[in-house]
Amino acid sequence: MSSTPHRMPEPESRNTATIGKAVRVVGQIFTKEDLYVDGDVEGTIESQENKVTIGPNGRVQASIRARDVIILGQVQGNVETSDKVDIRKDAKLVGDITTSRISIEDGALFKGSIDIKKPEPKPVASAAPPAQPAQAARPGETSAVASGAARH
Amino acid sequence: MLLEKLRSIFRRENGAVSPVGTGPRYTSPSAGLSARKSSKKDASSVRQSRGLEQFFFDIRDVVGLSVLDLAGANQDNIDFLINLGHKVYTQDLVLSIDEAFGRDPAEQANPSRIEYFLKQNFDYPKDTFDGVMLWDSLQFMSPALLTATVERLYEVMRPKSYLLAFFTASERMVEVPSYAFRIVDNKTIHLTDRGTRPAGQVFNNRNLEKLFGKFASVKFFLTRESLREVIVRR
Repeated sequence: MSSTPHRMPEPESRNTATIGKAVRVVGQIFTKEDLYVDGDVEGTIESQENKVTIGPNGRVQASIRARDVIILGQVQGNVETSDKVDIRKDAKLVGDITTSRISIEDGALFKGSIDIKKPEPKPVASAAPPAQPAQAARPGETSAVASGAARH
Repeated sequence: MLLEKLRSIFRRENGAVSPVGTGPRYTSPSAGLSARKSSKKDASSVRQSRGLEQFFFDIRDVVGLSVLDLAGANQDNIDFLINLGHKVYTQDLVLSIDEAFGRDPAEQANPSRIEYFLKQNFDYPKDTFDGVMLWDSLQFMSPALLTATVERLYEVMRPKSYLLAFFTASERMVEVPSYAFRIVDNKTIHLTDRGTRPAGQVFNNRNLEKLFGKFASVKFFLTRESLREVIVRR
């Protein structure tokens, strides 16, 4: 009979690359999909638009750059995310964090600095005014719709 | 039995505590302060702190400061300091003392261990911090370690910056209570009992003034819990 561990690691999705707990990587890792690290990594990890999860067996001595970072294991290195950092209970992080949001569970160990960078507002495309049926101008009036559209 | 089930359902629908573990709580620049509500019985209390109030009064009206919080990383303190617009440095100094020296204050007299401890915990450039929150950590340091730590703090704090520290006011206690400190608001702290630890030495106003003699000023607040709250200006 198998016993369920108290804290389950993040479930893997089909589009998640995995470094298993028996694997050791030394060097630079670039990925264009989510990454789950449950082994040893030394170097750098970069996944700008995706999520990086350090599993409970993960031992990382590397800087990490990603959209989101979730830490259940141990990380020694700086972490930079465009969205959020999530440090779970029993995790250990020594390094500086730059992020928009951060969550630290009770029981997690963190030593370093936290610099919150507000996300840059996405540019809003200026919408052209909705087309309106042409109205016959009364004598002496100009058509505001026509002149407004001409400005755009 | 069916009646009991119905009664328990009725109680839940009328405002029972929501289940624990509903997901991580994130800090963002727009997040507000929240007072921690413990759903289980633990040795904790909430009290006003004149020292904390003075500390935040002294660093008011400025954003972007660098504040070192040595209570150990916790969501409440991080939330509070970040929402004030500051950069936060955080670690658990009491835990670091245990890692470097064990629980015996006599081990804290070894000069090479002291240097190792300072390198591990205060390896910052000069004039880095605008505020340092030591909480009760200094009272567990023996004289040699305490003097060396205060000297290092002087170097890493900016001129006109502030330091907050708590010391037991009792001159008889060999073992003193240790707490985990969480900020509730600018003058309220939540304390969780972490048991007792050997005090590094006996503290009184005179030897604290001597300890911080290099600093510009030392201000004391005495609490009802026989704790001496100290604000020191660099």
